[in-house]
Amino acid sequence: MANNPIIPNGPKPKSIFTTRNILLYGTLLIVAIYYILPLYVMIVTSLKGMPEIRLGNIFAPPLEVTFEPWVKAWSTACTGLNCDGLSRGFWNSVQILIPSVFLSIVIASVNGYALVNWKFKGSEIFFAVLLFGAFIPYQVMIYPIVILLREMGLMGSLWGLVLVHTVFGMPILTLLFRNYFSSVPEELFKAARIDGAGFWGIYFHIMLPMAIPIFVVAMILQVTGIWNDFLFGVIYTKPDIYPMTVQLNNIVNSVQGVKEYNVNMAATLLTGLVPLILYFVSGKLFVRGIAAGAVKG
Amino acid sequence: MTMIKSLLCAGALLGATCASATELEVTHWWTSGGEAAAVAEFAKAFDATGNKWVDGAIAGSGGIARPIIVSRIIGGDPMHATQFNHGRQAEELVEAGLMLDLTDIATAEGWADIVYPKGLLDSCTLDGKIYCVPVNIHSWQWIWLSHKAYKDAGVAVPTNWDEFVAAAPALEAAGKVPLVVGQQGWQTSGAFGVINIAVGGVDLWKKINIDKSAEAAASPEMTKVFEAADAARKMSKNSKVGDWNLATAMVIRGEAGGQIMGDWAQGEFSVANQVAGKDYSCLPGLGVNQVISTGGDAFYFPKNKDPEITKAQKQLASVMLSKATQVAFNLKKGSLPVRGDIDISAANDCMKKGLKILADGGILPSGDQLLSADTTGQIEDLFVEFWNDPSMDITTAQARYVKLIKLAD
Amino acid sequence: MAQSVRPNTLFRNLNAKIAAMPMIITVLVIFVGCTIWTVVHSFTKSRMLPKLEFVGFDQYERLWGTSRWLISIENLFIYGACSLVLSLVIGFILAALLDQKIRFENTLRSIILFPFALSFVVTGLIWQWILNPDLGIQSVVRDLGWTSFAFDPLYNPDIVIYGVLIAGIWQGSGLIMVLMLAGLRGIDEDIWNASRIDGIPKWKTYLFIVIPMMKPVFVTAIVLITSGIVKVYDLIIAQTGGGPGIASEVPAKYVMDSMFLKQNLGQGFAASTMMLLCVLIIIIPYAYLEFGGRRNGK
Repeated sequence: MANNPIIPNGPKPKSIFTTRNILLYGTLLIVAIYYILPLYVMIVTSLKGMPEIRLGNIFAPPLEVTFEPWVKAWSTACTGLNCDGLSRGFWNSVQILIPSVFLSIVIASVNGYALVNWKFKGSEIFFAVLLFGAFIPYQVMIYPIVILLREMGLMGSLWGLVLVHTVFGMPILTLLFRNYFSSVPEELFKAARIDGAGFWGIYFHIMLPMAIPIFVVAMILQVTGIWNDFLFGVIYTKPDIYPMTVQLNNIVNSVQGVKEYNVNMAATLLTGLVPLILYFVSGKLFVRGIAAGAVKG
Repeated sequence: MTMIKSLLCAGALLGATCASATELEVTHWWTSGGEAAAVAEFAKAFDATGNKWVDGAIAGSGGIARPIIVSRIIGGDPMHATQFNHGRQAEELVEAGLMLDLTDIATAEGWADIVYPKGLLDSCTLDGKIYCVPVNIHSWQWIWLSHKAYKDAGVAVPTNWDEFVAAAPALEAAGKVPLVVGQQGWQTSGAFGVINIAVGGVDLWKKINIDKSAEAAASPEMTKVFEAADAARKMSKNSKVGDWNLATAMVIRGEAGGQIMGDWAQGEFSVANQVAGKDYSCLPGLGVNQVISTGGDAFYFPKNKDPEITKAQKQLASVMLSKATQVAFNLKKGSLPVRGDIDISAANDCMKKGLKILADGGILPSGDQLLSADTTGQIEDLFVEFWNDPSMDITTAQARYVKLIKLAD
Repeated sequence: MAQSVRPNTLFRNLNAKIAAMPMIITVLVIFVGCTIWTVVHSFTKSRMLPKLEFVGFDQYERLWGTSRWLISIENLFIYGACSLVLSLVIGFILAALLDQKIRFENTLRSIILFPFALSFVVTGLIWQWILNPDLGIQSVVRDLGWTSFAFDPLYNPDIVIYGVLIAGIWQGSGLIMVLMLAGLRGIDEDIWNASRIDGIPKWKTYLFIVIPMMKPVFVTAIVLITSGIVKVYDLIIAQTGGGPGIASEVPAKYVMDSMFLKQNLGQGFAASTMMLLCVLIIIIPYAYLEFGGRRNGK
């Protein structure tokens, strides 16, 4: 620190100016509008009929509320000859999501733990390269991974995609867990060692229970990331198991005659619903988890 | 899968046909209204053979669909049949031995005699073996004109490119976009190619695209073509659309005077219940020269170990080329059939114009057949930049074009 | 640490190594192996399928002679610099505002954070719509009577990349805000008291005392933002498709189009190798500071 002012005196009484509050809340209001406006437009549009949309103002509330676009987006919107909307993609996404999230978090947490408490020769270098992996453009690896998956016989299968998600989630998650575990007092670890606990013993009995907040953060990050993925989903799977985002793209880009903005918006909202709900429900846990872990470098 | 199939069979009481029913997954990028209706004809005809068409449409034009198709074939988990533009897009996949050889069925059914023009089958042939089924002929050399737009502007509907250019100011004054061009590379470079043939003539075009003559590309005749393209981009500067069918929709609604687009635009007009000659006009070769290119779509069948599937693949190939399917499919798609021996009485004005040119032999190979995907892509990059960046003058554009032709393969 | 504990070190470290196997394999096979594979193939004339026919630096020469690539690189730098600075500044300011013991903090935080739950595809689509001059902000303002109002960033080649930036910031700044907020909450109350007593203005306390204390938070934030910038692809595809013309092209899209659309793998690999090089140039100084610094610290 540059200057270190430690002069313990009685605190000055702080006066609250109304101008300050007006400025503060005014700014926050404008900010809130910027963030909420797109969501508002999506919701409003998805509830309008096409004639009303053509008339104009995207910010106006619907004169006549209709849920038809939602129904259509979910169950009857067409791509080519398939007219079953997003419903199929939803379950595919769930099937991809659960194993991917589980596997990637387990592996990353063990990695983080090993990197902090069980350093071995070269472990720091592995970590550095892994972290570097976070910056490698996916495009660099798409092609070789196609070949790798082919050799493993996993191309086009659900598990192939799970594997890809696990691999690409690893850098950031490992960083997260490593940072968290390095903030755990070393005495705790040493005491357990003296008690004779081994690698897995310490992990399950000491580290795991302590790391719940960071598990929540990791889970939220992964659920969002994997649910929203388009690139891997489209390249490493096939139509039977296309995730929801791929079907969203198909529906939004299959223009049959006119662009049905209301159906597109409903489809978009439906696709974003899972991560959105997760955020609104567990936002507090997320923030707390970040405060507990990610912040310590 | 098998269980579902047998359940379906039991339910539908199809009996005998069910025993040989094979599901084939077919990928394509036909997702617009007219296109989807056309694909449905294929599916219907194939399902009638007792097999099952599993539709694998991928939206967003070839640009999004092709990477997915290619990576799946290379990844060893291919679909059972897939669309490509015939020509050189699938060249290397065939060379690598990833595609099914269709020669036996082609010989048995005498494809060599029925496919017209012959160049189409040549594009499917490598070392004397046939690897794909051409399904339609698409030509680029059309301009689609909205009668409503010209009526609103109070001028006559043009009958050739010069009249079109002359009528542009009147349209602009009426608040319309004289020429609508979707802002995607393939559309702008396609429009340029059409202008090239109309303004510069067929011979010049051949010299550049077939002989890859950089000299011809640098010639003063070609400068005229660039001047015409410059005029075209000025007419289209207010078209703020991306997808081609949204541009076509502007013509249909009378918001735009015309669109230079391949004959697949036809499908959009018929979906919108528009009548050729009454609501809209079409001018092949921009009304200047009566030639059309014979590009189009073809289906390839990636190799599969299962003999049942191979059998069904060949069945599908045969169905796609059959007389009835050709008629039904091409009427919906707005494209021309690949067989010279069928009579389409239901064809509308525009299709008939196309068929006549075809019969008269006014045909050119398409760019996809002549240039590699790499060269095509670079030309697309050039023209999408040219079209959208008014500061790029024609000298620069031509110089870059010459360079690309010099390196073309 | 572990090395200082003599007995059973070898056996136990073996255990840790086994546990770290997935990471080691990932690093070696995917991150190192695939990267090398790509770099090697960038010197070949591979077209649709990878072939080992070497052509030296041909692909690179062509790459740097292509105006689309140059525009892509320029866009990436503009987008990257703006996005980094703006995300940090906006994230920090918002966090500082939320830290003023205000009411509705939870609601506001959720509102700012929620876009992060949406994918880039969704983000791109929605902003494409709001910025569409015929439907969105421009037309609404014109309807209100200001008929000469013009705001169509997505259709103006000169500013289109900033139109993308608006969407990018909207999506990503919430996470940064949460990080910063967590960092601010971690600052000891005594420091605030002390600086208040000293009569140091609030902004100075933030700038010279609080921010330096939050270095780890900034590092995490920078890692998150930068790793996102290099990969920007979905957003462009959904929002502008690279247009108008080629005004909003980015390197990742150049790579994808070269590999799959133009069926020129060699060119795509050369472009992705250049992207890697850019990342290396940016990241090596950081890695040196971070890892080198830590070793000295401990």
